[in-house]
Amino acid sequence: MTAALSIRNLHKQYDNGFEALKGIDLDVQPGDFFALLGPNGAGKSTTIGIICSLVRKTAGEIAIFGTDIDRNFSLAKQYIGVVPQEFNFNQFEKVIDIVKTQAGYFGLPPKLAGERTEKYLRQLGLWEKRHQRSRMLSGGMKRRLMIARALVHEPQLLVLDEPTAGVDIELRRSMWQFLKAINASGTTIILTTHYLEEAESLCRNVAIIDQGKIIHNTSIKQLLRQLNKEVFVLDTREALTDMPTIEGYPGQLIDEHSFEVEVVKGKSLNKLFASLSERDIHVTSMRNKANRLEELFVSLVEPHRNETAEAQL
Amino acid sequence: MNAGQQWVAFTTILVKEVRRFMRIWQQTLLPPAITIALYFVIFGKLIGPRIGEMSGFTYIEFVVPGLIMMSVITNAYGNVVSSFFGTKFQRSIEELLVSPVPNYIILLGYVIGGVVRGLAVGVIVTLLSLFFTDLQVSHLGVTVAIVFLTAVLFALAGFINAVFANSFDDISIIPTFVLTPLTYLGGVFYSISMLPPFWQAVSLANPVLYMVNTFRYGLLGVSDINVAWAFVMVTGFCALLFFFSLFLLERGKRLRS
Repeated sequence: MTAALSIRNLHKQYDNGFEALKGIDLDVQPGDFFALLGPNGAGKSTTIGIICSLVRKTAGEIAIFGTDIDRNFSLAKQYIGVVPQEFNFNQFEKVIDIVKTQAGYFGLPPKLAGERTEKYLRQLGLWEKRHQRSRMLSGGMKRRLMIARALVHEPQLLVLDEPTAGVDIELRRSMWQFLKAINASGTTIILTTHYLEEAESLCRNVAIIDQGKIIHNTSIKQLLRQLNKEVFVLDTREALTDMPTIEGYPGQLIDEHSFEVEVVKGKSLNKLFASLSERDIHVTSMRNKANRLEELFVSLVEPHRNETAEAQL
Repeated sequence: MNAGQQWVAFTTILVKEVRRFMRIWQQTLLPPAITIALYFVIFGKLIGPRIGEMSGFTYIEFVVPGLIMMSVITNAYGNVVSSFFGTKFQRSIEELLVSPVPNYIILLGYVIGGVVRGLAVGVIVTLLSLFFTDLQVSHLGVTVAIVFLTAVLFALAGFINAVFANSFDDISIIPTFVLTPLTYLGGVFYSISMLPPFWQAVSLANPVLYMVNTFRYGLLGVSDINVAWAFVMVTGFCALLFFFSLFLLERGKRLRS
C-alpha cells in the first residue's frame, strides 16, 4: 500500500548553521492518526514546514500518496491541508472570505467553493460568524477557522501543528471529537502536540523526535506497554512526620497528609496497604500522580540526550 | 493544476486584491484624487497662466498627462508593495505557499491587482481633469498601451520591493527616495527642451521620462523623446522585472526559510 506520507533521509540546515533535522525517515499509512511528539526545538515544526513547502529542505525525499513533492509539487499539495501553529490569516478579512479564498487557491470553482465553505464553517460552528472580521474572533474560533480553511479542498492528508495550543479544555475536547470524525471518514491525520494526553486519546501511531532525529516510532499501545512503573499519590487521615519506609515501594512525603509511592507495573498493592494498616495509617484516597505517557516520554528522551552528550565529549 | 484551476486561482487573487483596495478606498482612491486635484488647481489655474505655453499647449493641458501618469505609477507600485508585504507580515502568504498555485499565477494576480488600482486612480484623475481642461486623444492605441505597460512595470517593481522588505520602513524607502525624484524629474511638470544640454542628456537616463512623454504623445501628439524606443524600453523592463520576480518566488527569497 502506498504510504500517505513517506520521508527519506530528510535533512535541514538553516542559514545560521543550525541543523534542525539530521536524516529523518518516516512512513505514515493511509487512514492513520499519527502523532509527532517532541520537546521544543526538536524539529517537529521544521518537518511539518518542509512537508507543506513552507520550509526548504537541505536534502532528502518526501512523497505524499506516492507523489514526490519535488517532481510534482502541484499534485502533492492537492493532497495536503495544513493547520499551522500560529494564526496566519489576514486579520482584516471576513471569515467567509478567508475560507472561500483558500478554496480558490486550490482551483475550486466559485459555486463549489461556496458550498464547501458553508459546509465546514457550519461543522466548526462558525457559520453565524461568517461576516465578522477574523480579528474579532476569540482564540478558539480562530483555531477552528484555520481547520475549516485547511479542510475546504477536502485533503486526504491533514497536518496539524499543535492545533489545541492555548485552547480551553471544553473546546479542546470538541475539537478532538471533530478530528476523530474527520479521521473516521478516511482522512489521514498527522499532528504535533505538547499535550501527551491528546496523542494518547487521538492517535494510533507515534514518532518521537528529539534533536533532529526520530528516536522512537511505534504504536501508542506498544509505547504504553513499555511503561514499567507508575507513581501513586496517597492521602492519609493521620498526619505524617516521616515517609513510611516500606520495602519494595520507594516514595517520598509530599505534605503531612499525603505521600507518593513508585510501583513497578504488575506488582500487587496489597502488601503496601497491609504495611500501612500495620502502622495504623489509613488511606482516604489514591490517584495517579502524572500522565503515564509523560513519564515515558521523559524516560525516552533523556537517555537519548545523554548518549548524544557523551558522543560529543 | 489544469488551466481551468489556474484561472480560478488567478481570479481569486485578483478579486482579493481589488476587494482589499476597495475596502480601504479612503486610503487608496481618495488621497490621490485630492492630491492631483490640488495640483490641477495650483499649477493649472493659479500658477499655470503665468507660466504661459509649453510645447505649444497651455500649461494645464501640458501638465495633465504627466499628472495622470504620476498617479498611475505611484498607485500601481503602492498597491503591490503594501499588499504583498502585508501578506508577508501577517504570514497569510502561507495560504498561497501551501497551495498548488504556480508562482507565475501568484505574480500575475498581484501585478494585475496593482494595475487595476493604478488604472482606477488614473481614470478618477482623468475625470477630475475634465473640470479644468478639455482633453484630446491624438493616438488612442499609444495612450492605452503605454499606461497599461507603465502600470505593469511599476506593479512589478513594487512586488520586488515587497519581497525584499523586512519592515514597513523598507516599503517606503524606494517610493520616497527613488520613485518620487524620478517622477518629478521625469517631465511631468516641464519639457526637457527647457533644460541645458547637459541636464537634457542626464534626463534621458530617467525611464519615467519615456513613459510620461509617450503618454503625453498619445494625448497631445507631442513628445520630447522617440515613442517607439520608449515602447521597446518599457516592454524590455517589464520582461526583465517579471522574470526576476519569478526567480525570487521560485527561490522562495524571504518567503520560505
